[in-house]
Amino acid sequence: MAALKVVRSGSRLLNGFQSLLNNPRKVTCGVAATVTKHPRWYCVSHLSVQERIERKRKAALSGGGQQRIEAQHRRGKLTARERVELLLDPDSFVEYDMFVEHRCSDFGMEADHNKYPGDSVVTGQGRINGRLVYVFSQVKDFTVFGGSLSGAHAQKICKIMDQAMMVGAPVIGLNDSGGARIQEGVESLAGYADIFLRNVMASGVIPQISLIMGPCAGGAVYSPALTDFTFMVKDTSYLFITGPDVVKSVTNEDVTQEELGGAKTHTAVSGVAHKAFENDIDALLNLREFFNFLPLSNKDSAPITECHDPSDRLVPGLDTVVPLETTKAYDMLDIIHGIADEREFFEIMPNYAKNIVVGFARMNGRTVGIVGNQPKVASGCLDINSSVKGARFVRFCDAFNIPIITFVDVPGFLPGTAQEYGGIIRHGAKLLFAFAEATVPKITVITRKAYGGAYDVMSSKHLRGDVNYAWPSAEVAVMGAKGAVQIIFRGKENQAEAEAEYVEKFANPFPAAVRGFVDDIIQPSMTRKRICRDLEVLASKKQANPWKKHANIPL
Amino acid sequence: MSPLRSSPVFRSASGSRGGQSHCLWTQSPLTRAFVSPSLRLVHVKMADEAVCVGPAPTNKSYLNMDAILEAARQTGAQAVHPGYGFLSENKEFARRLAAHGVTFIGPDTHAIQAMGDKIESKLIAKKAKVNTIPGFDGVVKDAEEAVRIAGEIGYPVMIKASAGGGGKGMRIAWNDEETREGFRFSSQEAASSFGDDRLLIEKFIDNPRHIEIQVLADKHGNALWLNERECSIQRRNQKVVEEAPSTFLDPETRCAMGEQAVSLAKAVQYSSAGTVEFLVDSKKNFYFLEMNTRLQVEHPITECITGLDLVQQMIRVAKGYPLQHRQADIPINGWAIESRVYAEDPYKSFGLPSIGRLSQYQEPVNIPAVRVDSGIQEGSDISIYYDPMISKLVTYGSTRAEALQRMEEALDNYVIRGVTHNIPLLREIITHPRFVSGDISTKFLQEVYPEGFKGHQLSDSERWELLATAVALFVAAQLRSQRFLGNLSDELETCSHVCLPGNSLVCRFLQVDLDGKRVDVSSEWNLASALLPVTVNGTQRTVQCLSRSASGEIDLQYLGTSYKLRVLSKLAAALNKHMPEKVPEDTSSILRSPMPGSVVAVSVKAGDTVAEGQEICVIEAMKMQNSMTAAKTAKVKSVHCNAGDTVGEGDLLVELE
Repeated sequence: MAALKVVRSGSRLLNGFQSLLNNPRKVTCGVAATVTKHPRWYCVSHLSVQERIERKRKAALSGGGQQRIEAQHRRGKLTARERVELLLDPDSFVEYDMFVEHRCSDFGMEADHNKYPGDSVVTGQGRINGRLVYVFSQVKDFTVFGGSLSGAHAQKICKIMDQAMMVGAPVIGLNDSGGARIQEGVESLAGYADIFLRNVMASGVIPQISLIMGPCAGGAVYSPALTDFTFMVKDTSYLFITGPDVVKSVTNEDVTQEELGGAKTHTAVSGVAHKAFENDIDALLNLREFFNFLPLSNKDSAPITECHDPSDRLVPGLDTVVPLETTKAYDMLDIIHGIADEREFFEIMPNYAKNIVVGFARMNGRTVGIVGNQPKVASGCLDINSSVKGARFVRFCDAFNIPIITFVDVPGFLPGTAQEYGGIIRHGAKLLFAFAEATVPKITVITRKAYGGAYDVMSSKHLRGDVNYAWPSAEVAVMGAKGAVQIIFRGKENQAEAEAEYVEKFANPFPAAVRGFVDDIIQPSMTRKRICRDLEVLASKKQANPWKKHANIPL
Repeated sequence: MSPLRSSPVFRSASGSRGGQSHCLWTQSPLTRAFVSPSLRLVHVKMADEAVCVGPAPTNKSYLNMDAILEAARQTGAQAVHPGYGFLSENKEFARRLAAHGVTFIGPDTHAIQAMGDKIESKLIAKKAKVNTIPGFDGVVKDAEEAVRIAGEIGYPVMIKASAGGGGKGMRIAWNDEETREGFRFSSQEAASSFGDDRLLIEKFIDNPRHIEIQVLADKHGNALWLNERECSIQRRNQKVVEEAPSTFLDPETRCAMGEQAVSLAKAVQYSSAGTVEFLVDSKKNFYFLEMNTRLQVEHPITECITGLDLVQQMIRVAKGYPLQHRQADIPINGWAIESRVYAEDPYKSFGLPSIGRLSQYQEPVNIPAVRVDSGIQEGSDISIYYDPMISKLVTYGSTRAEALQRMEEALDNYVIRGVTHNIPLLREIITHPRFVSGDISTKFLQEVYPEGFKGHQLSDSERWELLATAVALFVAAQLRSQRFLGNLSDELETCSHVCLPGNSLVCRFLQVDLDGKRVDVSSEWNLASALLPVTVNGTQRTVQCLSRSASGEIDLQYLGTSYKLRVLSKLAAALNKHMPEKVPEDTSSILRSPMPGSVVAVSVKAGDTVAEGQEICVIEAMKMQNSMTAAKTAKVKSVHCNAGDTVGEGDLLVELE
């Protein structure tokens, strides 16, 4: 029942669709059979060359052969080519380097039966919803050396990365590799380094996305780590520096692959991965959706899709979302869903440092990055993990011209030895740094508490916030009433009275509003309307930081 | 604003969350009592003046007479309308108001007392020549006495709270064992709901209809009957769908019931609006059940067919005016139906309470002849403190068919997101052939759904329709996600496949080919709207898209019931068979709370051996006690709750080995 054929009526649509199919962009660089033998061989071998081309092409397309494909399917995984096909628009994939073979001549590797056209990776470019993207997909089936990385494999990846940088289009890596090709020795290591360098050079120029769809161990992990987003597939993907066997022999720890580097570990504990999906299909389809949020490069503005949600829609539910008791929690996601187009929010790292919420949404069709303190978890305080999570997200948005909307309800930084010893000062500074250096449109809404240094950090006016709003429930102060009164009126009687006075003075948006630190106090139900209007205005915002080689963020 | 003019405002709000509020009439403006969590509810906002009477738990607020009297004093209220539920039938409250010189908008204390006590009311009814049910006219002391009396009357018997109403503290017993258990539950529930654990027992009339007569009486000895309301569709003795008039009554029976109701009202010198409830058997014999000395939840349907504003009439009577109408003036104009929209999961015993935040809420008030009485709005929290009623949805038509048709449309256009609701059940009831033909009884739900409610069962053509709608929606969304606007890089703008908004309408008509079957689907495909009007093969429907995911999962509310569908491209569908099935958690030895509530009692401890069906603990939610039983015979591994704990839906209570 799942396979349903859809026939569209309406000729214009059909035309549009057909033209999509019939107009895969022609490539300049691609498959070209070059003949290097002596000219007099040429005529004789012409037919046989044609034949060889066909044979090699067939071999490349079949990967490890039907048996290997079935084995891959039995493991609940798709083949490298199936993945590419599913990720890209139908018939849009243009493959590069199908004829590349490895050049290793040790350990009998030079034998013909040990060479596979295309080696252990499929590379090329194609389209996602009509927009250009470069892709590589590693072939981890056991014929092509377990998808291990040879010099040729690395070279293929480098080629598409170089071109992606030149034309300004994102790179998506589908990682599923057994690691370095040991037979090639240092050549394989050099290959990794070539990729790492390109990852670094491309960082902030084009979006780079890694989807881990199988094992990814040793040096290989650093390529995903350098990219902007790392997604994983539950139960079938692993990321670790050294596997359970080595761990056992070195530290005597008993740990499974899943515990050491599975999707759950990296999305909830280590924060290495940004999100995990149920299976290959779920992951690839979600990646298509995610791709729609991203600009193609740092020269491109945030994409705008067709939007059916009125930009001036009032959200009455927001008027009651913040509880009357200041100590009571609420769900920041209620606010985010309320204001976003069609209540859609692509959350990044939903299971890690849950006291801050980050992710992508659209406002009147335009991609925005949303950062919000989450009062439901640890009162929404800032700690080491949430600061780092927030900072990285803010820097991505800033690098790729995505406006940032910040919802503030923060009681401050989390106190304690664990945090201080862990370096909350240094890590907290990252978030401060990220917000301060960002030059994209920045809109801030204080929904309730904005206390202490955390107020400054959360995209305050002082850090060049373009539009800063407060809801009537906002309280901007150095600290909460109780703590403040204990300091100001230390040892005095009538603490309760003093507290009431403090609340009267500071537990409202006026102290910030009279100083112009918030631009307006708005009714919560109006928030969507106001932000959409501001984004329209700020679309032409131009702001630059002083020239520098690069800033020195406190890493 | 005069009190009279403000009454419709009050009335429409009186449905607010099960009538939890009291209205106070001051010199002129409308004042309303409320509890702190409901500060931002609609009825409070609509009032001219509002007074907080306490925190959420009802015994500290709406049941707290001191607080309400104080509120009346503070605001200088001249009269108090008690709404329904809570103190609306509390004679002590009426007496204390009178002592403070504040008018209680309702009957005299004498009538409340007489009718509020089921034992006394039955004696009075007998005396007034009203047909009554055979039973024991006295308070039952303990479970053993209950068993003895039940034996005398003959099973089945009904055990109910003397002070009760609304199905609370009521149990049916078919044997001695059930009588003992019923006695225990009813007395506990009666104590917690009414602060009075006295019980009585009577003959239970099998397969009856519940038909009630609305009466209206003044302080000058005049009384009228305003026709009947049929409230047979019930679950756990609580009404779900009501209609006026009843399909079952002929004019003679109606008249006989009306006259008996009026004679009972006169026998207790009743004034104000009241309801005399009857059970009617298949031979149209009717028996007096009880008299409710307040405005009923379902009063709007009577207003619809008679044209009388009951709240206005109550205020007039309270002020001492004589009735404006005579019996001959009371018409039956058309037909009215009321559905009680609850925040409940209808798939669990026809409705177990659910809580949550109404993330989206849209009443179908744009449809003509639809009235929605509610006290909530988008963003409101449905909490565990009150009855889980969201609203009363009333539709009117010149004929029953028309009213039903409108109800169907209204239910399809009712947007409730964030809490589980009973619209699937309501829509099934009102379209069920037995209901449509009028063949109903209080056993309707058990008889029609003996295995429990399972949602709408799709016919073949409905199945095609649903699939085609989902596929068309998927395609519309896919096509839209290819449309980018604004300044993309130059090369893209020249690409022919980037459609601009002018082309949007092109995909309005989609033709879906389902295994060779052609289905035409058309819609505006407004993907942001909660309601999705579609025309499928010429049939117009409103479906609701509850959720849509990138991986093709689509949740559609279609014919009231929500269906989970998955639409994949051909390629993805072909590959999907390779994806591993994920095994869900084994739940046979785990007892989880089926709803949010509080733990009243835990009957086992770790190490005990429990038999299948044995009670493990009791959860109270929305004032209903629910016995949680063991699914198998096993040893108790661990107990994760204590009496008095508050638990959420799905919380682990007890683990078995």
